[in-house]
Amino acid sequence: MSRPEDILPPDLHYNDVESRKYTTSSRIQRIQADMTHRALDLIGLTQPSLILDVGCGSCLSGEILSQTAEEGTPAGPHVWVGFDISASMLGVALEKEVEGDLLLADAGQGVPFRPGTFDAAISISAIQWLCQAETSEESPAGRLSRFFNQLYASLRRGGRACLQFYPKNDDQKKMVSQAAIKAGFGAGLLEDDPGTKSAKTYLVLTVGGGELDGDITGVVRGMEGVDVMETRRKAGTMKRGVDKKGSKGWILKKKEQQKAQGKVVKASSKYTGRKRRIQF
Amino acid sequence: MKLLTLNFLTCAIKTCKTNASSFPLHPRDAELEIQEADVNLPFLKNILPRLMWEELRTICKELGLPDLPPTPPTPTDLISGGNSTDTTEGRTQAEQEPSQTAKDLHRVLLETCIQEGKLVCGCCGHEYAVKEGVANFLLPGHLV
Repeated sequence: MSRPEDILPPDLHYNDVESRKYTTSSRIQRIQADMTHRALDLIGLTQPSLILDVGCGSCLSGEILSQTAEEGTPAGPHVWVGFDISASMLGVALEKEVEGDLLLADAGQGVPFRPGTFDAAISISAIQWLCQAETSEESPAGRLSRFFNQLYASLRRGGRACLQFYPKNDDQKKMVSQAAIKAGFGAGLLEDDPGTKSAKTYLVLTVGGGELDGDITGVVRGMEGVDVMETRRKAGTMKRGVDKKGSKGWILKKKEQQKAQGKVVKASSKYTGRKRRIQF
Repeated sequence: MKLLTLNFLTCAIKTCKTNASSFPLHPRDAELEIQEADVNLPFLKNILPRLMWEELRTICKELGLPDLPPTPPTPTDLISGGNSTDTTEGRTQAEQEPSQTAKDLHRVLLETCIQEGKLVCGCCGHEYAVKEGVANFLLPGHLV
């Protein structure tokens, strides 16, 4: 997979030529549309809302937000505001005469809206760009935290955000989601087709529990084909997969290993690993 | 840029965020344009409680638009024939017709757009240029 963010900053990479290439490619259009629909499903809007589109680019996603409910957008048509750092991309969007408002802004510098503005926020293939810093004055962590803090403020209570991004590795995935959690969001990662070349990562964020009874997994309740994996560490438990030497779990693991080596192993029972009673 | 968006935009500079005068941004040398759009009644009802009416009036005055009423409309004002008995029972959202108030509000918020000009922060005086309806909120490094 090519990673343009490793080569140039976004405002320089998406020049007039690249922006046009990106917007006219029917493959990218289809993928972006699929991802936007997926993100809208995860946000679960019930009435026409004000939506923020972070890194809107040439507004491939914005066009879908403006569609009516009959054309396939849940609870549409929505009113949206998009911002992007690339002037060329916005130029392409202007030519298409999209319905939303556009701003030229850098997400890493914050979200210039007053608190409680938006019902929801979406972002399609953008926030991996925040993991890069162009000058020594700023750092990826600083840019991410400024973005998520101000995004948190600009969403209304009970609002949701769904940010699709392409993490380079697990570290980057963790860095982005940790920054969101630190800002106060309830966060969960949803992966479509994990492990394949077309894997898509969605960071689903909630502001205040609302009807979700305090758990991000409520977002995907009732959705088909979604497995919930709990990775939060429970307080007071050991690190996963490591048993203390001499404990029952450790003994059972050793027995398994020895059985696999073909050795004769005593059968396990409820007495396995228990202390013997003191004998007189 | 729609006046609706202007009613939510604040100054992007960090030191201004805590200052009340960083909102609203004051339009200067603005060229206005009307961009026709369909009236979206459920959206207007949804957005109404979030509008800052006083600031919206100030902006309209600064742009030289006709004065808005001193009090914000209530959700029932937006539906034509808005008797309380009508709106609560028996009529679904699709059947409700927008009233003249709703149409005026739609005209001001969603159809009136700033095409060219500047937005000035009331606190630090920073000018954000608006070109072809797109405001430039990129900040130089020392202001972030």
